[in-house]
Amino acid sequence: MKLTVNGRAFELDVEDDMPLLWVLRDELGITGPKYGCGIAQCGACTVHMDGIAVRSCQMAVADVDGDITTIEGLGTPDALHVVQAAWIEHQVAQCGYCQSGQIMQAASFLDLNPDPTDDQIDAAMSGNLCRCGTYPRIRAAVRTAAMRMQEV
Amino acid sequence: MGRARTIARRSFLIGSAAIAGGVAFGTYMYRRNIDNPLLAGLEPGDVALTPFVKITTRGITLITPRTDMGQGAYSVQAHLIAEELDVDLAEVTLEPGPPSAAYYNSKAAAEALPIAATREGWVGDAAAGVADVVGKLAMLQLTGGSSTVPDMYDRLRVAGAVARETLVAAAVLETGLRRDQLKTENGAVVLPDGSRLTYLSLAGAAASLTPPENVPLRDPSQWRHLGKPHMRTDMVAKSTGTQTYGIDVTMDGMVFAAVRTNPALGGGIRAYDATEAEAMRGVMSVIPITGGIAVVADNTWRAFRAADAVVCDWGPAPYIGDTRAQFEAANASFDGRRNSRLRNDGDVKTTLAGSRPVEVEYRVPYLAHAALEPVNAVVLLTEDRLDVWAGTQIPGYARMHAASVAGLDTEQVHVHAQVLGGSFGRRLEDDFIRQATEIAVAMPGVPIKMTWSREEDFSHTIPRPLAIGRGRGAVAEGRVTVFDLDIAAQSVTASSVSRFGLPYVGPDVVIVAGAWDQPFAIPNYRVTGYRVPEMVPVSSWRSVGASGNGFLHESLFDELCHEAGADPLAERLRLCTHMPSRKVLEAVGEMSNWGSAPVAGRGRGLAFTLSFGVPVAEVVEVSHTPDGLRIDKVFVAADVGRILDPVNFEAQLTGGVIWGLGHAMNCELTYRDGGAEQDNYHLYEGMRFYQTPEIEVRGLEVGDQIRGIGEPAVPPAAPALGNAIFAATGQRIRELPFANHIDFL
Repeated sequence: MKLTVNGRAFELDVEDDMPLLWVLRDELGITGPKYGCGIAQCGACTVHMDGIAVRSCQMAVADVDGDITTIEGLGTPDALHVVQAAWIEHQVAQCGYCQSGQIMQAASFLDLNPDPTDDQIDAAMSGNLCRCGTYPRIRAAVRTAAMRMQEV
Repeated sequence: MGRARTIARRSFLIGSAAIAGGVAFGTYMYRRNIDNPLLAGLEPGDVALTPFVKITTRGITLITPRTDMGQGAYSVQAHLIAEELDVDLAEVTLEPGPPSAAYYNSKAAAEALPIAATREGWVGDAAAGVADVVGKLAMLQLTGGSSTVPDMYDRLRVAGAVARETLVAAAVLETGLRRDQLKTENGAVVLPDGSRLTYLSLAGAAASLTPPENVPLRDPSQWRHLGKPHMRTDMVAKSTGTQTYGIDVTMDGMVFAAVRTNPALGGGIRAYDATEAEAMRGVMSVIPITGGIAVVADNTWRAFRAADAVVCDWGPAPYIGDTRAQFEAANASFDGRRNSRLRNDGDVKTTLAGSRPVEVEYRVPYLAHAALEPVNAVVLLTEDRLDVWAGTQIPGYARMHAASVAGLDTEQVHVHAQVLGGSFGRRLEDDFIRQATEIAVAMPGVPIKMTWSREEDFSHTIPRPLAIGRGRGAVAEGRVTVFDLDIAAQSVTASSVSRFGLPYVGPDVVIVAGAWDQPFAIPNYRVTGYRVPEMVPVSSWRSVGASGNGFLHESLFDELCHEAGADPLAERLRLCTHMPSRKVLEAVGEMSNWGSAPVAGRGRGLAFTLSFGVPVAEVVEVSHTPDGLRIDKVFVAADVGRILDPVNFEAQLTGGVIWGLGHAMNCELTYRDGGAEQDNYHLYEGMRFYQTPEIEVRGLEVGDQIRGIGEPAVPPAAPALGNAIFAATGQRIRELPFANHIDFL
């Protein structure tokens, strides 16, 4: 089985129904995507498949038919993605455990809809759970990121 | 004087009980010097100037021993040291340090004492002294009780100042210049000609000096970082997926474990059949552990699946297992002996008898912590040592208990504290570390990462207890004249300390916290606690006793204001006896434009709770929509004496409000046959993004003591929402969660 993650090609021998999340975390050692619920209720495991946000805990690895990008592939501390920069500017994170998923969700959403309304932001982000209560800053960071993307 | 003496004596007894030792003996221990734990690990040329500052050839390391669960503890501790040490935080390393008595918590135990935070003078001082001794003796290197900032405020600045002055003394010796000719900045001593001696270059010389005592601390007016907005030290890592949590710890040759233990906590396992599980791909071993089984495999998902495939025969719950019966047991507790009556002003009995009393009953449910990072630990047992990598709020206890499970001396256990993906009190327990150690004992020589499935995490939360409040009160001439609240709840303190093998007797102030200690001079004012016998084991949950009691106290107060025809803000201000609390109430009134009529269809509710020494007032605004009730806006004001980081202060208040509102709206943990019925987030949602209101925060700095802000915003959120629902709809909901009675957007 072949998989491309963050531009690197991997060859795997795992069960078809192993969720992508556990392939990433335990087989490939890519720990940015988090395990939170295992049933697509929290969004902590969100990654991109060909740029579209997917819940990796619910995606069987055999069903992956595109390139996977995780938070590590979106941007790095030295080369931040615009969404990551907005997250830092607003100091969104508290415990931070959900934020990889939040950022991947927001990045994919803004890529499809660079000028969203508040209701559209609500709809796009409501599948991602945050127990610390960072939602107001997520909202502010998504707006900032949208603004920056339009400036470019 | 008589009353004061009684209180001090009671606090003394409770302090003693909590440690099963003795304060007299403790005073001796307390005065003994505690070793600097950093000295053991030093190489030639390295220096540990205090237990909090280490300088080696590789750089400067600051020790930030309080656990970071998301509340920003590492960052604020680092800033406290840096403010005096004069280092750039971008150029130092932060480490949580090893478990050590040097990092004891002198403030957390104070919350267990029945001394109101508003009380001043020698009684309060005596209580604080007891807490200090208790904490040190009991190795309470714990993170909790909103205690990090009050506990560390002086200690870390002193640590920074002592280290700085030792380095400067070394520079004086080296240069022959006088102290007053030298300055410090960004990790260096600066000479009059502008040349710099770096701290690293001075470390060797400083190591041979005796650090000075009584170094004066800088006046806050001279602060360069504290009190001003600053960037938390973990923001970049947490926005780029590069922050390592306990669950991310990775080692060569590591294997992966899942566990399943009886969902009826402590019920045990009678038998199991692992035939199918053992044949599954990647499974290495099925191990019997206390209360259930562990599966070790070459991948977490395979371990989860195999654990599910083990057929387990569970023992019965060792407690009343159904929530209906649990509430009945709580109800019956009102007929038993009272556990405490810490407030008894005026004459409630006589004045109630002569009035037409309001009588109401409130209920709050069991609640789970459900931090997004599920409980986990990495363990490695070799011939003569056990290493544990785990997020824990109690590294000292965890080390001791892991040692006892592994049959090692405490010194042979090495706890490597990890950053936590939330905790909310869950990791004040070390059950999971004992459990991981059991697996390590069965499989020595191999690093094992144990991860709980979300379902295991929900079913093995040690919940916040359910409670029933019975309120009575009376009004006269537009004023609240009688307020009488009886509270029945399990004892969190007794349940928690029993898991540490410690006895607990006497009153538990947690049963009435956030209710008995409120700063109001109601003429006839009584708060009585009843201890419900042990049922489901219970533990600390963000804001602990006040988390439920805020709802009981403030709903009753609102009902009495309504009965009296009094304005809830004006009535609280009229009765308020505590200046910072008054200021907080006035602030929230101003922010919310309280006196004005709300927009049509909207309702406004106010609540106030003083907890952990912090007065917090919240106003919630709700409105009807065709799709349900919407929370539009929340105003929150709080006083912590001094705000060290306004940005993080705002985050903690906002997060506390959302935590309080989300659980009040949507969450309960109900039990059936001893097991929790909610096993994942679809049944326990908290607040979602689209439900989140706009939240406006104001921080005050009028109290004379610095306080922590991780928890105090939680207790007033639920009653402020309930009071707003009443204002908007006329419906008084006396049971949480509200969603059982009303639809939200």
